Amino acid sequence: MFSNILIYFVVIPVVMLLGLFLCRDIKQIRAVAVTGSVALTALAVWVLVEYLGLRAADPDTPMFFVGSWSWFAPLNIHLAVGVDGISIAMLLLTGVIMITGSFASWEIPQPKEFFLWLVLLATGVYGFFISIDLFTMFMFYEVALIPMYLLIGVWGSGNKNYSAMKLTLMLMGGSAFLMLGLIGIYYHSAPAGQPLTWNILEIVSNDAISHGWQTFLFPMTFVGFGVLGAMFPFHTWSPDGHASAPTAVSMLHAGVLMKLGGYGCFRVAIYLMPQAAHELAWIFIILTGISVVYGAFSACVQNDLKYINAYSSVSHCGLVLFAILMLNATAMTGAIMQMLSHGLMTALFFALIGMIYGRTHTRDIREMGGMMQILPYLSVCYVIAGMASLGLPGLSGFVAEMTIFVGSFQHTDLFHRVFVIVACSSIVTTAVYILRVVGKLLYGPVYDQHHMSLTDAKWWERLSTAALIVCVAGIGCFPNFFVDIIKSTWKFFGALNM
Amino acid sequence: MDITLIWYLVPALVMFCCGVYGFLTRRNMIAMLISLELMLNAVDINFVVFNRYLYPGSMEGWMFTLFGIAIAAAETALAIAIIINLFRVSKNIDVRDATHMKH
Amino acid sequence: MDITIPVLILAIPLFMFLLLGLAGVKMSHKLAGILGTLGMGTVLVLSYFTAYTYWFSGSPEFIDGTNRLQFTVFNMEWLRFTDFLSIKLGFLLDPISALLLVVITTISFMVHLYSLGYMKGEKGFQRYYAFLSLFSFSMLGLVVATNIFQMYIFWELVGASSFLLIGFFYTLPSAVAACKKAFIVTRFADLGFLIGILILSFYTNQLDFLPMTQNPQGVLSSFGGATFMGASVLTWALVLIFTGGMGKSAMLPLHIWLPDAMEGPTPVSALIHAATMVVAGVYLVARLFPLYMLEDAALTFITVVGAVTAFYAACVACAQIDIKRILAFSTISQIAFMMVSLGVAARNGEVIHEGLGYMASMFHLFTHAMFKALLFLGAGSLIHAVHSNNYTAMGGLRKYMPITHWTFLIGCLAIAGIWPFAGFFSKDEILTACYANSPLWGVWMTVVAGMTAFYMFRMYFLIFWWENPDYAARVKEQEAHGHHASMPHESPLTMTIPLVFLAAVSVCCGWMVPFGELVTYDGHEYHIHIDWSIASMSLVVAFAAIGLAAWLYMKKNDKPARMADSCRWLWTAANRRFYWDEIYLFVTRRIIFDGICKPIAWFDRHIIDGTMNGLAYVTNSLSGAIKGFQSGKVQMYIWWYLVGAVVLGIITAVCVL
Repeated sequence: MFSNILIYFVVIPVVMLLGLFLCRDIKQIRAVAVTGSVALTALAVWVLVEYLGLRAADPDTPMFFVGSWSWFAPLNIHLAVGVDGISIAMLLLTGVIMITGSFASWEIPQPKEFFLWLVLLATGVYGFFISIDLFTMFMFYEVALIPMYLLIGVWGSGNKNYSAMKLTLMLMGGSAFLMLGLIGIYYHSAPAGQPLTWNILEIVSNDAISHGWQTFLFPMTFVGFGVLGAMFPFHTWSPDGHASAPTAVSMLHAGVLMKLGGYGCFRVAIYLMPQAAHELAWIFIILTGISVVYGAFSACVQNDLKYINAYSSVSHCGLVLFAILMLNATAMTGAIMQMLSHGLMTALFFALIGMIYGRTHTRDIREMGGMMQILPYLSVCYVIAGMASLGLPGLSGFVAEMTIFVGSFQHTDLFHRVFVIVACSSIVTTAVYILRVVGKLLYGPVYDQHHMSLTDAKWWERLSTAALIVCVAGIGCFPNFFVDIIKSTWKFFGALNM
Repeated sequence: MDITLIWYLVPALVMFCCGVYGFLTRRNMIAMLISLELMLNAVDINFVVFNRYLYPGSMEGWMFTLFGIAIAAAETALAIAIIINLFRVSKNIDVRDATHMKH
Repeated sequence: MDITIPVLILAIPLFMFLLLGLAGVKMSHKLAGILGTLGMGTVLVLSYFTAYTYWFSGSPEFIDGTNRLQFTVFNMEWLRFTDFLSIKLGFLLDPISALLLVVITTISFMVHLYSLGYMKGEKGFQRYYAFLSLFSFSMLGLVVATNIFQMYIFWELVGASSFLLIGFFYTLPSAVAACKKAFIVTRFADLGFLIGILILSFYTNQLDFLPMTQNPQGVLSSFGGATFMGASVLTWALVLIFTGGMGKSAMLPLHIWLPDAMEGPTPVSALIHAATMVVAGVYLVARLFPLYMLEDAALTFITVVGAVTAFYAACVACAQIDIKRILAFSTISQIAFMMVSLGVAARNGEVIHEGLGYMASMFHLFTHAMFKALLFLGAGSLIHAVHSNNYTAMGGLRKYMPITHWTFLIGCLAIAGIWPFAGFFSKDEILTACYANSPLWGVWMTVVAGMTAFYMFRMYFLIFWWENPDYAARVKEQEAHGHHASMPHESPLTMTIPLVFLAAVSVCCGWMVPFGELVTYDGHEYHIHIDWSIASMSLVVAFAAIGLAAWLYMKKNDKPARMADSCRWLWTAANRRFYWDEIYLFVTRRIIFDGICKPIAWFDRHIIDGTMNGLAYVTNSLSGAIKGFQSGKVQMYIWWYLVGAVVLGIITAVCVL
């Protein structure tokens, strides 16, 4: 079991948890958190390198590093792991955000408990991305959700009890749909007379889910994951949750956890039920299309920085699901790029907002102004994040959005193309709300003279933001590298080849 | 006159109903405990009698009766201990007043 | 051709941007300025070399007999979409890109040099040079694009650098508002551009320029005569792409950002908002001209938009007070000239007058860049001297600032179209092209040309003649208020050298540059011959307009005031730019913000969230209602148990019996 490299994505966080238990002071905690997340990222890079070699040698295997170990035989539940290019991209993203998140919560109160929960959350996320067994996948999914409640409830700010409860309950509500869908898939996972299975690869090769069941199970799983992907109208946990969460949690949540939704949507809903995906996509295209436009317009009139960014996430994550539903390789590549891009830049946003909030103790843009003069480093980073968000070429947002738009527009159906144009219009709205913040918060005269004495970023803050900017610019400048990693996967998706 | 099954069952039923009535109406915990014992003993009688009259060859009824008596003894000991402790705290063994464990 | 030089042309400005942007804070002002200027100087030399090689080397890569070829120096894949569609980054060398290379690097270098003096001592000097380098990089990347998406990429980048430079004085609320406005308006236009690209890519499966423009019939047939809402889809695509151009080139009704963009430093206005970025729209249409030729509707649209904009901007320019605003509207009007010229260049799929309109448009782009940059830099010099943008603070300045005066006069003569200055030649070609298409456009544009001469000389006289205010008294008054002030004086050498250079170019380039041989729509030579019947008429109109301006504004008098009073509403309307800004404000504030965004936010908070909270409330109150059952009173439980048992017993009994 331990000869499989992927298992270490769960082993390392568990070791980190043990290490954190033994820590005595904040320095040790920081050391464990940073070392662990760097190790995880390094592992992800290593897996990527290995993967590139394997993929070049063998383009016909859907997943590599596959391993499966039974842990509950009566129901055929396994700890089954395996990755393709997309999972690796997600693992890398998680690693980067873990590192930067650790730096961003350098001075968090009660660090030991905080990092324990944070690492538990990360365990869930990593486990989710490497699992190919639906049951273990679901289990890790829940492991990732529960720490959220405590992280927001204890370390949050503002109306934190309400937000934490709302977030947890809505996501749990989604999980209920999901569980139903997954059990349904399990009971139809194999032709009559053969043993049932939770393993995604086996389910795909069995191809036994009948058409009627697909039309029932597809919406179940899609909505289940869609709640986490902030799909309209199940998105309202996101603004409140993000607004109340502490910095690193916002980063990890918007950066990685919301990606679980999108990832699940295509890994489970679309991968396993291609026919239903084709037939029912239009319903969800309408919903996600609304998400895209609606989130952008809502963001225009918010005054709280975190709310602005949360609604912007609704819009951008809506685009992810929107592109997945277009069911063509280019659009779905764009969706994965958008996940990466949004993960990085929204983490950057939340990190910066947290840093600004930590100094000014307000997030209301009406009570701030002229930050460019006071906090030049943070302000410049904010402008860069904003530019990435509104899709400036050379940063990651542009690459992702253009891939989505061009890919989606290749759809032969006029309805789909019209919706692409509707979604396109969000690039203007995005510019409006980003520039509104830039104009009010960063530019202009200093609003509050008390802010004049604030100090600019500390070294760990600089490290955290600079690392994210480098990643954002890296994707934005050399997109083909990432596109190639992602693209090699699509030929195994039945839905794309129908 | 034969002493049939019904001769045993009717007193047991009366005993059981007394127990139920006592358990529902009394507020004193000791009295409730006594009512509980009444119900248990009624059941024990039934066990023995059914065994004796319906399945004379087997031993399960006897066994269950002994088992029931043992349980009743243990339960009484536990209940008395709780009641005494409650009395120490609140000088009162009225069941309606014993609500502070809810909070 | 070796790819080293083309790569360097793009790489040096990018490198300068990164260097000055990242390490600029640690540098002194002087070092940053000199580094930036030297970098741009190198690019200037390399671009001149490239353009010279392209036009005059006679290499078979570039010319086939008399036919100039389009040459792709390099073209590498940057982002692959599908098997056919991908974004490529490359370097396309053809007549118009070579022309723009020359224009951009010349103006950019002049502005770099000029800014050494103009921006001296400003906070953020290094940042300013970094942004200038970024802009130069983006603009150069735009003009050498081989792929329509490459153009879109750099299109966005010039937009962003324009945003950064307009907002250079970011503490001023007016600058902040202006930079936001510029970005959002052009972004809105870019949406059209993007949708146009998407439509084009959907039908043609092609994003590279050359396969499209060299085989326009292929594009036409790939559309297969598809129509949408009464017009052909190709027309829609072309008009939408042109919308992007309308935004960048400030055509009506997307012009509103350009006058406000004058909040940026004046050299920036000269570079971005007069000479280079704003002509990107013209360049875009010229680049796709073979496609536009296919659709008369699209060309007519361009012509009408251009003609209306030219007239509108000229009217507004006559009633402005801020000299930079006058120049901004003049720019809008002149770009509209170029647009019209492209619009009238073809009908029914055939070029008119051997494609004169196309050539004239590019010619005017070139000359206009020179003299408009000259005028802006001159205006900068004036503003530097009197610390005000309004002509009311000026007057009689010809004695104090002789170099500025003479160069400014040359600029005005050039834009007014007086022989032998540059503007005469290019404008004459445009008018000829208009008359060749239809007398309507010819007369229309002649009138606009006359108005151009009038408002330029109105400004010229008001600045340099009119009254001679008591500058000495003003200085004293300001010093009494504790401000530093001085008499108007000529600007330093770093500022006057660019003025003199550009003035010299404005004088010569019309008759010295064999433009028709260099830039034509199909690569074949076009022999420029001046149609004197049209030229003499336009000269007469121009002289009449200048005469009128001199009569009104040369000496201080009350004629202008009386004229304005007699027609107050018209003057106010023109001064207020015919209320376009108010209309936009109404649409954005009242309709989009109050009418869409706020209701959506309300809907989100109250309806969607309300539903969720309502669900929670229902669950909560339901559990509150039934929690009474779990009272903790054992006797109650027993009661319920007994009742249940009895009921069950009865049911069983009823069922069994």
